Amino acid sequence: MNKFFVILTFILITFVIITGIVLPIPEIPALGDKARVLYFHVPMSWISVLAFFMSMWYSIRYLKTREIDYDIKSFSSAQLGFLFCILATATGSLWAKFNWGSFWNWDPRQTSIFILLMIYGAYFALRSAIDSPEQRAKLSSVYSIIAAVTVPFFVFIMPRLVESLHPDPIINNQGKIHMNSTMLTVFLTSLVGFTMLYLWMLNLKIRIEKIELYKLKNTED
Amino acid sequence: MNKTIRASVLIFRKDIKSELRTRYVINSLLMFVLVTISIIRFALGDEKTENEILTGLLWISIFFTTSNGLSRTFVKEEEKETSVALKLSSDSIPVFTGKLFFNLVLTFALNFLILILFILITDYTIKNLTGFLITIVLGNFGLVSASTIIAAIISKANSKGTLYPVLSFPVLLPLLITVINATKLASLGIDTEKLSGELMILVSYTIVITVASFMLFRFVWED
Repeated sequence: MNKFFVILTFILITFVIITGIVLPIPEIPALGDKARVLYFHVPMSWISVLAFFMSMWYSIRYLKTREIDYDIKSFSSAQLGFLFCILATATGSLWAKFNWGSFWNWDPRQTSIFILLMIYGAYFALRSAIDSPEQRAKLSSVYSIIAAVTVPFFVFIMPRLVESLHPDPIINNQGKIHMNSTMLTVFLTSLVGFTMLYLWMLNLKIRIEKIELYKLKNTED
Repeated sequence: MNKTIRASVLIFRKDIKSELRTRYVINSLLMFVLVTISIIRFALGDEKTENEILTGLLWISIFFTTSNGLSRTFVKEEEKETSVALKLSSDSIPVFTGKLFFNLVLTFALNFLILILFILITDYTIKNLTGFLITIVLGNFGLVSASTIIAAIISKANSKGTLYPVLSFPVLLPLLITVINATKLASLGIDTEKLSGELMILVSYTIVITVASFMLFRFVWED
């Protein structure tokens, strides 16, 4: 991955961290300054879902081609997704403490992120329970696809079944985003910046995994 | 197509026959149901319990009983080392269809028993019986569809028994949340029409998982 990309990622994220804390934000009922968490929390949640679907995409590629590279990509993406999922849970939970009064209260949104964590956990548990690399790649690919087809039920249906206190109905009312231009700029920059960070980390992770696989092969010979 | 259906029927019959001969799962499952229901009885004592709690208990016993039974279907083939013979004699699609129907029969039989015992032992009153039965039937279809493919996955892994609930829980959760909610509402006497939202989710869940399973089973089954 080229240097320019990495430097740009660094600049974008630095910009988001500084402007996200310093610049004033418009008055949002019941949220106030606590709304700043969305610059970090929303990208984290977005990446944990994105990484999950990337992992599914590589799983499909693996099943089609049977090239172990795709399994490495799928696994790496799942690991990063898990990391970002934990970050999203932590930032969301911290915010919930100050806005709702408790770290965890099983709001539908919290339930969905909890299940995403569980899926990632089950995926890793399955991987560690299979010895042969090919079987592991095949079965974990199948599981990741099966799990991915159930995710839409959580992300889109479940939060709408039960009343949620999550503030996206306040900010994102009927599809129209209620942010002023400064806030929107910082928010979108943050989304782009963190997505680039994810792509860069994924690239590094895949390279590390490949080196380890290569080492393992050499010691076996 | 005709050949596939015939092969599926044959595998289904083979499973039923071998189950009736060996009693590989059915005896222990019957005892499991009795044990679970008696534990519920002794835990509740003579207290008058709300329908909300009883519905939860009902689904806990259904979930654990079926997960014990359904996870066995493919594990059985691996443990008795018959899976190679099955692979030689049939394609993957008929195997999956046969197992799916076997699981369906097993689940419905177990659920019938659980429901009767549960209603006899606790004072569970169902105000909207039609809605209740529709929910239970659709819920079982969903349960079986997801369990069968996961049973196939774990049959190839180590530590099969522990892995099953770990893998099936996150996949089954959207179904469980919806079905528990719908069962509770039906037992409290909500009209069946008002349950249509929940029922639609159950139906779409079953369809999505079944289609995905049929597409993916080949990769799990064939080496």
